[in-house]
Amino acid sequence: MKRLIAILVVATGSFTLAACEGNQSVLDAHGSSAVELKQLIIWIVAACSLVWAIVMVVLIWALWRSRGGRFPARSAADQRMTFAVIGGVAATVVVIAGFTIFSFLTTRALSEAGSGDLTIKISGTQWWWKATYVNPDHLPSFDIANELHIPVGRNIRLLLATDDVIHSLWVPSLAGKQDLIPGRSNQLAIRADQPGIYRGQCAEFCGLQHSHMAILVIVESEVAFDRWVDLQNLPAAEPGDAEARAGELVFLTKPCAACHTIRGTDAKGVTGPDLTHVGSRRTIGAGLFDTTRGSLAAWIADPQTLKPGNNMPLVPLSSDELRQVSAYLASLQ
Amino acid sequence: LRLDPPLAAALEELRLMPNDIGGTPPEVYFALDKPYENNAYELSQGKRLYAWYGCGSCHGEDGRGGIGPSFLDGWWLYGPEMVSVVASIHDGRPHGMPAFKDKITSEQIWQLAGYIRTIGAYTATTAAPGRNDDRQMRPAENRAPAAILFDQGPTPLHSDQGPSP
Repeated sequence: MKRLIAILVVATGSFTLAACEGNQSVLDAHGSSAVELKQLIIWIVAACSLVWAIVMVVLIWALWRSRGGRFPARSAADQRMTFAVIGGVAATVVVIAGFTIFSFLTTRALSEAGSGDLTIKISGTQWWWKATYVNPDHLPSFDIANELHIPVGRNIRLLLATDDVIHSLWVPSLAGKQDLIPGRSNQLAIRADQPGIYRGQCAEFCGLQHSHMAILVIVESEVAFDRWVDLQNLPAAEPGDAEARAGELVFLTKPCAACHTIRGTDAKGVTGPDLTHVGSRRTIGAGLFDTTRGSLAAWIADPQTLKPGNNMPLVPLSSDELRQVSAYLASLQ
Repeated sequence: LRLDPPLAAALEELRLMPNDIGGTPPEVYFALDKPYENNAYELSQGKRLYAWYGCGSCHGEDGRGGIGPSFLDGWWLYGPEMVSVVASIHDGRPHGMPAFKDKITSEQIWQLAGYIRTIGAYTATTAAPGRNDDRQMRPAENRAPAAILFDQGPTPLHSDQGPSP
């Protein structure tokens, strides 16, 4: 029996601890607003636990005491009852007012980070994220899909918009949720305090592939971020070998180019994700697979089996064409 | 959602009349029970693709026409049959309609054609694409909007209309 209890304690303990870590956890906070929210959560849970414990103690005491069968005089009992009720109401008011003030302060702290010095437009689509980086010095902006790079320690302002249905951006380790609503423009301020890769997820049911609508937020040093921006500003790399060159031709002559942009080529579709540097991204299909040549080929070969209902059509390709296109896309670093 | 590749390939086999107007859809289209006319999902996909591929830049966002012909007036230059519309998108037509056979897949061409035929439909259908989020500037796709305007039968003509549109 003792051993069973020990196992249970260890098991529940490790499960609870496991939920506190990882790159997508409210309790593993690495952003300014996430830390504020985590404090709010912990204090509210602690206060509620304390109240629950006190109520339980008083309840048990009351049950225990009534066994005595010795009743005091009626007026004295009434008086004690009045004190108990007043005390209970006062304690409740204090606790709830405390929660209210605390959450007001937290909300204010969240919006204070909004004086962002870097603005990124984020657009939610069924079922992927598009991020548009607006360059400050009149360079054309560039698009990237399902991945966000931000410098550590800087206030970032995310402008959130959508054209189809309501989505919600939630990167638990960095900030709270914010909805993307058609016809409205919302804002979310984030500041990451520690470099790392944090996973975000659509947090408002948005259709069939809601669960496959993830975004990676890559927090890196200022130097690494600037280098990344310089890379993204470049047009696509010229294909190096013959296979990739053939793949570029296939991409441009098949329906691919009607929806996807590859800057530096004639592919200028805007309805699908920008693929200019697709080989440098960590995942494809909004977090569906890691980016490898094989996963790119699998995705192109049969997108509707891998992510049913998404808007990528099955484009008929021969096996040679598939090999060439996947080599080309994987080479777009 | 997923059309088997052999079915998609079979959908390319239109049997058109020699003048490229009218004809018979491939057998597989009937075997599938004419999904691109009867299935609300396929019609909705067509509506999305109409905006995606910029059909509206010539034919009007709501199908009222522009550089290209209107879909609302009930007048089809190459006939109202599904195959004619598919062939128009697939191979293009003289005087400006480009061929889309290398730009979009055959399934998408059928979805578009099904939707385009609902824009100026004479008759009511039970299947309709999703509603617009913004103001609807024309009758809904599954109503019989134009019947009074285009019916030349014994019912009185609309006062604005001549004998034929």
